[in-house]
Amino acid sequence: MSNPKVSDSKGDLHLNQLTKRFADFIAVDDLSLTVPRGSFFALLGPSGCGKTTTLRMIAGLEEPTQGMISIGDTDITTAKPYRRPVNTVFQNYALFPHLTIFENIAFGLRRRGVKDVKKDVDNVLELVELGHLAERKPNQLSGGQQQRIAVARAIVNKPEVLLLDEPLGALDLKLRRQMQIELKRIQMEVGITFIHVTHDQEEAMTMADTIAVMNQGKIEQMGSPAELYESPKTAFVANFLGQSNLIKGKVNSRSGANASVNIHGIDIEVPITRMASHGDSVLIGVRPEKLNINANSKNSIGNGTVTDASFVGVSTQYLVKTSWDEELVVFEQNDAGAPDIKVGDTVSLSWEPAHTFALDGDQDLAAGADVDHEAD
Amino acid sequence: MKTNTLAPAPMPTLSHRASRWFARNLIRIYAALAFIYLFIPVAYTFAFSFNDAGKSNLVWKGFTLDNWKNPCGAPEVCSALGNSLKIGLISTILATILGTMIAFALSRYRFKGRSAINLLIFLPMATPEVVLGASLLAMFLNFRTNPGMTTIIIAHVMFCISFVVVTVKARIASLDPRLEQAAMDLYANERETFRYITLPLVMPGIAGAALLSFSLSFDDFIITNFNSGTVATFPKFVYVSAARGIPAQANVIGSSMFFIALFIVVAGQIISRRRKAR
Repeated sequence: MSNPKVSDSKGDLHLNQLTKRFADFIAVDDLSLTVPRGSFFALLGPSGCGKTTTLRMIAGLEEPTQGMISIGDTDITTAKPYRRPVNTVFQNYALFPHLTIFENIAFGLRRRGVKDVKKDVDNVLELVELGHLAERKPNQLSGGQQQRIAVARAIVNKPEVLLLDEPLGALDLKLRRQMQIELKRIQMEVGITFIHVTHDQEEAMTMADTIAVMNQGKIEQMGSPAELYESPKTAFVANFLGQSNLIKGKVNSRSGANASVNIHGIDIEVPITRMASHGDSVLIGVRPEKLNINANSKNSIGNGTVTDASFVGVSTQYLVKTSWDEELVVFEQNDAGAPDIKVGDTVSLSWEPAHTFALDGDQDLAAGADVDHEAD
Repeated sequence: MKTNTLAPAPMPTLSHRASRWFARNLIRIYAALAFIYLFIPVAYTFAFSFNDAGKSNLVWKGFTLDNWKNPCGAPEVCSALGNSLKIGLISTILATILGTMIAFALSRYRFKGRSAINLLIFLPMATPEVVLGASLLAMFLNFRTNPGMTTIIIAHVMFCISFVVVTVKARIASLDPRLEQAAMDLYANERETFRYITLPLVMPGIAGAALLSFSLSFDDFIITNFNSGTVATFPKFVYVSAARGIPAQANVIGSSMFFIALFIVVAGQIISRRRKAR
């Protein structure tokens, strides 16, 4: 009953112009990317952006309408799921309810005709620290334990690529944080390529080496968490990964290292290297923690009125209404004790030019900001 | 549980106490009456299996174990029982296999006329048995088939299939499709996925459908009576002998069937509870 035909291809995972069309909409639209072997890669995006469909095509559970999927030099686009060196951790774990934990984990090994499964299963149970539960049934385990068994059941097969479909979505916040660290530890220990699908930007940033932000079937931007956060290329990425203050502006001139941009009558400076647009109309972006209250940083936009202040312990979050009636978000560290700025106070706002990025001005200011991060 | 009132209550009268006791135990009395209603016929059957009846088992004539020692004592009762068991077994196997296959086809494939078939499969259950029995007989006669064992089995398989399809389909519908996807993801091909995941998970439904089929077949009188020719089944035997007095052996067999069914249910419960506790 063994399956000698599981592909033993090794190498990077390539998606080439991958498209999936359903009857009335395009789930994945001409998507190309390369996931280097052994990396922890995250597909991040709101619900319906096509990230799960992409994952299912890699697993072989969905057939692409167009395009190609390959591992190393082997084309696996139309290979059956059981012929791919790919395993999946499903969203609700999909543990087999009629089999013991041991048999659940041994399932893949037995199907491939491995004779002595005991040692492998015991090892992987030890890796997830649940050896004492081997003879239980899945419904006798807690959510966190089931999650770890689902991971164990997949990695025991030593696949080339491990797919994780919102694996932490069903866990509560504290357990989720714990499992993020745990998964990262496991990935480093086994060295398998992990592709992690999530709508939780914090989860993606905590765990992944590389994040691809997806929106409407396309990749908006791909890069390291720091790269995406510091230099977003689109308003969607700027708003979906953390918060951004986006201000409409016009480029006055580009000379030397900095460009001069006019925002609502005030001239500020933006490093040329952080401008994603060559046009004259731009969106100026500043992260809330980089805006300073009552300081004299170089990009000064004058006075505003505090409309809201929420104290959150390590920092205080303010909303400040500018002279052109836009509300900007400001995070101030509480490193000098509780702040004494109150709602209604007039404050000046400024920031360093180096902390500015600029996007193409033809975008919706709120793109990606109003999508529900917690929805499935 | 008495509640305290501020002033000491006067000694309750006897009728007061009686009515309060009655109010407190109303639900228990009701339950007891309902169970008595349900089980009196069974108890009656069981009790009269010990009757030293002679020819007619209508009045109590004295206790004896003879009927239980010799359940085949009455003429032809055991050959009728044997026929019923044989018909029940064969019909159950055929109906369960065919019905399970239909249930999978209807749940797993999208094809033209699928919803019509889903509806049609209910029809035999809704058709009066008398009508089914009569038309089956007419059909068999038109095909110049003599009624007998074969025609009984054909008829029984026919009316059992609907029940099997409905029961198994419900079970398949409750199956999480991700379990099969997970199996395929873990290197099981289509056949192995069915063998190791789908079939074991649908099995309780199939087993339930088989038990249902057997009891429907074993029990059936109306359709069987039309299509049996000279073959005697147990229900037919009881019906025919009712005219001149049902032998106490029939009570022995009826009681045994009841206790066997009870045993199966209780054993099933114990096994599943033990499995869960493990």
